[in-house]
Amino acid sequence: MAYYRRNSSADRMARGLGWFSIGLGVAELVAARRLARWMGMEEQAGLIRTYGAREVATGVGLLAMGDARPWMWGRIAGDALDLATLASAHHDGNPRRENVATALGAVAARTALDVLCTAMLHREEATAWTPPRDYSDRSGLPRPPAAMRGAAKDAPILADMRTPAILRFQPA
Amino acid sequence: MKALVWHGTADIRYDTVPDPEIEQPRDAIVKVTSCAICGSDLHLYDHFMPGMEKGDIMGHEFMGEVVDVGAEAKSALKVGDRIVVPFTIWCGECEQCRRGNYSVCERSNRNKAMADKLFGHTTAGLFGYTHLTGGYPGGQAEYVRVPFADRTHVKIPDGLTDEQVLFLGDIFPTGWQAAAQCDIQPTDTVAIWGCGPVGQMTIRSAILLGAKQVIAIDRVPERLSMAKAGGAITINFEEESVVERLNELTGGKGPEKCIDAVGMEAHATATLDSMYDRAKQALALESDRAHVLREMMYVCRPAGTLSIPGVYGGLIDKVPFGVSMNKGLTWRMGQTHVNRWTDDLLRRIQEGQIDPSFVITHTVGLADGPGMYQTFRDKRDGCIKVVLKP
Ligand SMILES: NC(=O)c1ccc[n+]([C@@H]2O[C@H](COP(=O)([O-])OP(=O)(O)OC[C@H]3O[C@@H](n4cnc5c(N)ncnc54)[C@H](O)[C@@H]3O)[C@@H](O)[C@H]2O)c1
Ligand SMILES: [Zn+2]
Ligand SMILES: [Zn+2]
Repeated sequence: MAYYRRNSSADRMARGLGWFSIGLGVAELVAARRLARWMGMEEQAGLIRTYGAREVATGVGLLAMGDARPWMWGRIAGDALDLATLASAHHDGNPRRENVATALGAVAARTALDVLCTAMLHREEATAWTPPRDYSDRSGLPRPPAAMRGAAKDAPILADMRTPAILRFQPA
Repeated sequence: MKALVWHGTADIRYDTVPDPEIEQPRDAIVKVTSCAICGSDLHLYDHFMPGMEKGDIMGHEFMGEVVDVGAEAKSALKVGDRIVVPFTIWCGECEQCRRGNYSVCERSNRNKAMADKLFGHTTAGLFGYTHLTGGYPGGQAEYVRVPFADRTHVKIPDGLTDEQVLFLGDIFPTGWQAAAQCDIQPTDTVAIWGCGPVGQMTIRSAILLGAKQVIAIDRVPERLSMAKAGGAITINFEEESVVERLNELTGGKGPEKCIDAVGMEAHATATLDSMYDRAKQALALESDRAHVLREMMYVCRPAGTLSIPGVYGGLIDKVPFGVSMNKGLTWRMGQTHVNRWTDDLLRRIQEGQIDPSFVITHTVGLADGPGMYQTFRDKRDGCIKVVLKP
């Protein structure tokens, strides 16, 4: 089983990327049409909105879940989708071609960050893993638990901690 | 003197601080010989509990030797006495103390006004546990001032090691009260969430108090192995469905008694509700994660009891209260009334019925405390319970 280390530098970076995802996703959701127009991709406003929702989901996942790695892989897959979509709009027929190039550059930089962060998270796990300890000899009891069952039935427990008789389960 | 001092989230340092002195006639000063890190300390370390200030001394599980006694504590203590100090400070005279409800003593919280405002009415003062409960310097230090010391102590007879008795100050009575307040019957199945130190003590207590079947839930393999050693059937919540397994083990009816020994930092499982909690907590929209509470309410047998030693600090969200109401569940919870149980439990340790030192996995000097906080929180190196030697 894998444990993540909270507050390690890789983990902090992953959470930072999570916030970034939420911000970007919200922007894509709210300004999908404007973004599409800016890149000469008017028909694709709906797609951008879908990508925005995807960003928000991975962002929340990164902030929310214990282990950041599956979400980071999700981001990398998302980066690939973004790159492919942008590449398809980067052709001579698009008058806003330069804006698309800018966007491509930004997504490429972000992909590099994502890959770096994921690699760091994996490296951390590789160094952290040791086989679990076996504490099966640590009972704390002088005899096997089955033989100790009820040994303290005489314990003084005041009435305020007792279940009122009417609410008690009857012995089966 | 040296002490472990809180500086912020995940920032505890081994600092030099002024020595404590007698401030009130009922005080005593204790030279600490052993202290421990508690799961409750992790809530401060991760800063989920409000009310900490930079410079606060940590620690509420400690014991040692009395080195100074105030005038009014002399009737009960003398220099040289060896005592365990309970984490709940109690006066022994107020209405709550007279009823044995020491963790809600009406007089020991010196920041009563603040607690009155937040909780409606104050609870007891606690060592090293936020300004809401008095802001008393804690026991992960070389020396501690113990207020109301004539009451707030357990005298230790000769012949017992620190390791055997240290946990009388918190986790042993906490596990015991968690089980005791379930009023365990010989026909009961008791399900315990969390196999940390508190869960481990709860398992042994439930066995000793005569539960038919004890089931323990966690995901950390070595903690599960220790739970099994104590007589529990174990469920790894990352590998199996807790609700399905509990129903299977109880003929489809659910456990009569459910105990939350996890508290507000319940781990994310793949379930929707814990994702929701993580997200809301990350965005500071809720303070505590209630996954274990929800699971207990759902799986508990109707007319059963939920016992909650796990600590919560503030607000929880999406609690299926209708489930609990319609099933007629009884809720029992609270900080432990430590001294209510300690005479009986000390006797059981002396008689060899239980040796709580089984839970200790790491013993280090106080200076290594900051690193141990991280090891304990991240459950690295098989860590279950850390004892520090100042
Ligand atoms: N009421 C009191 O007086 C009192 C006294 C001491 C400690 N406590 C509280 O008891 C709780 C446990 O303390 P501890 O020292 O054992 O701490 P701990 O952090 O070592 O143990 C908590 C355990 O719960 C497990 N866990 C997390 N999520 C879970 C889930 N969804 N289902 C099952 N198990 C889960 C963790 O893996 C861990 O082993 C803490 O909240 C602590 O503050 C209360
Ligand atoms: Zn504690
Ligand atoms: Zn009192």
